[in-house]
Amino acid sequence: MDMRALYDRLKALYPLGELTEQRANLAFVTLPAEYLRPALLHLRDLEGYRHLVLLTAVDWLEDGLFQLTYLLCNRSRNCDIGLRVMLPREGATMASSHDIWPTAAVYQRELREMFGIDFPDSPGVDEEFILEGWNDIPPYRRDFDTLKYANDSFAQRAGRETRDPETHMKQQLYPDRD
Amino acid sequence: MKPELMKRMVKGPDGVEFEVEPMRDYYCDAPPTVQHGAYIKIVEDFFNWARSQSLWILGFGTGCGAIEMRPLMTPRFDAYRYGIQWRPTPRQANLLVISGYLSVKTLKRAIRAYEQMQNPKYVVGLGSCTINGGMYWDSYNTIKCLDQYLPVDLYITGCMPRPEALLAGFEDLKKLIRAGQAEGANQYAERFDWYKANQKQVIHDWDMPDYNW
Amino acid sequence: MQFEWIKIPYALLTLFIVVNYGMLLGAFIQKIGARVGRRRGVPIWQNYADLVKNFGLRTSITHGVMFYLGPVFRLTGGIGLLLFVPTIYGSEMFSNLSFAGDLILALYFVFFGTLGMALGAGESGHPHAAIGISRGLSQVTAAELPLALAVFSVALQYQTLSITDIVSAQQGGVLHWTLFTNPLAVAAAMLSFLGSMMRPPFDVVLAPQEIPIGPPTEYHSSYLALMQTNRAIFPVAKIVVYMNLFFGGAASWPVFFLKVFLIYMVSVFVGVAFPRFRVEQSIRWFLVWAVPLGILSILLA
Repeated sequence: MDMRALYDRLKALYPLGELTEQRANLAFVTLPAEYLRPALLHLRDLEGYRHLVLLTAVDWLEDGLFQLTYLLCNRSRNCDIGLRVMLPREGATMASSHDIWPTAAVYQRELREMFGIDFPDSPGVDEEFILEGWNDIPPYRRDFDTLKYANDSFAQRAGRETRDPETHMKQQLYPDRD
Repeated sequence: MKPELMKRMVKGPDGVEFEVEPMRDYYCDAPPTVQHGAYIKIVEDFFNWARSQSLWILGFGTGCGAIEMRPLMTPRFDAYRYGIQWRPTPRQANLLVISGYLSVKTLKRAIRAYEQMQNPKYVVGLGSCTINGGMYWDSYNTIKCLDQYLPVDLYITGCMPRPEALLAGFEDLKKLIRAGQAEGANQYAERFDWYKANQKQVIHDWDMPDYNW
Repeated sequence: MQFEWIKIPYALLTLFIVVNYGMLLGAFIQKIGARVGRRRGVPIWQNYADLVKNFGLRTSITHGVMFYLGPVFRLTGGIGLLLFVPTIYGSEMFSNLSFAGDLILALYFVFFGTLGMALGAGESGHPHAAIGISRGLSQVTAAELPLALAVFSVALQYQTLSITDIVSAQQGGVLHWTLFTNPLAVAAAMLSFLGSMMRPPFDVVLAPQEIPIGPPTEYHSSYLALMQTNRAIFPVAKIVVYMNLFFGGAASWPVFFLKVFLIYMVSVFVGVAFPRFRVEQSIRWFLVWAVPLGILSILLA
């Protein structure tokens, strides 16, 4: 298997976690933060994964961790590999990779704003990205209560009803069935 | 505040130094005033008829609803035959359509666009999002009631309203204008402080003059 | 020469007829464009509603003296062009202020409005206006070149600079028109005509889809109403010049209406069939296709 062979080649160089094979041409692997940069360079220069598809984060609130996912694509062989890095949630900081892919700077700016993950030395990382004048904890963190914030900040119009779509349509269309 | 908006000294290409204060130099900071119509009723009625037959929409798509305005130009719906046209600049437009959800960031731009339009001017809120937030009712960065921030003449409900609904809404707006009831610009001037207070409550980094012409 | 005061009401009457004709013609042309796209298009009186609406706006702001004068200059260009050219050949009533050297003056007035507009829009300080002006001036200049060459060729052909004399030389049958006696000059001038009518493919300057609407970005209310009036007058006035120089002039109003409409339709046909040029493309197009025709017509004249 293609991804498996790649995993074995990488495994010989870096301490990797388990390989999660999503599809024949899409797999994810976890590795410690300090090995990310050599792994990215290795994949880009030696394995043909030249395209950074996306850089995103997941908030594992219960475990106190942020997960960063670097998704790379090999265009010529049409396969993707995702590198996952787990960071402690408190004071989350990660080395910037904008010098490997310039586009990473934009993702890092977004992650800084939306999750509060810092990427020192990334260009413009402390500038506002989408939000203007944000004055609360970063809104994509799971401990941010978006409903409470919306109620506190914005005037809500009275009389708004919320219905569960499934039960409402059942009552509307088939009132005599249970 | 952004550094380019600060008051500072600038050296021109001819070597002369001069002071620049972007917040004052480029804007008129006089608040809007209530404007009379023509004093003779029949003249004002005639103007209102012309206004209703010549709705120039500012081409500013704030949210997903903008996609429902494009079909109006096409042969199938052809809004031009009702005197509805699109203008690219707020100076010439007299109808601002808030098309769908309005995030706080877009609200700032919408306010500036609205204030640059000339009295009389009309605002139509399009879709549920402008009425009560719609599916973004618990979102952290979209406003829920448009009429708190801008004087709305008409809401068109739906998520999204079809182009037919838009055409019907514009026809209703025309009736309001002909009846002389669409005086949003004057309401805005009358309750200027209230509107500004509401706007400033949600726009935390207010880095523009209070009234930017 | 004795000035006759009766000319003033006559001139106003010409102006009145031309403004209304231009407004209706504009909407009619828009309707034709819409029908090509299988739409119904604007009502025929749409331009009047727009004009009254703009005039009836209650507030307006200014950016300075030139901002006021821009639309005024523009309108002056349109009215001047119309009044210094005999509108109806042979009619004392509608010959207005035409005189012996009016051909040169007409050429000047074609350009006058654009220059005034450039000054006014420049003062608005809007970057889009500045971009629109630089585009507009370069395109109009390129389009003006073949027209000037064609006009000189015609002047050489008839050995006069008076439009009335040129028209009278063309009387006596269709084959006496400049169109048939000097086809090269007419071809060059008609290509230039396409460029100055602000219709596609040469409407990048004013098209709302481009850099927002170009020079008039900041213009609104009464300023815009003035410019709309000019939009009604100017094409008609310009076509009157063409009609007089190349198509035998008009001896009565019905002939006038018909000829103006047909000449206008040339640019409309081209406009609905071809997509828009960028400015550098249109300049190259004028220099490659229209200017050599004009030079050739002068050499042969």
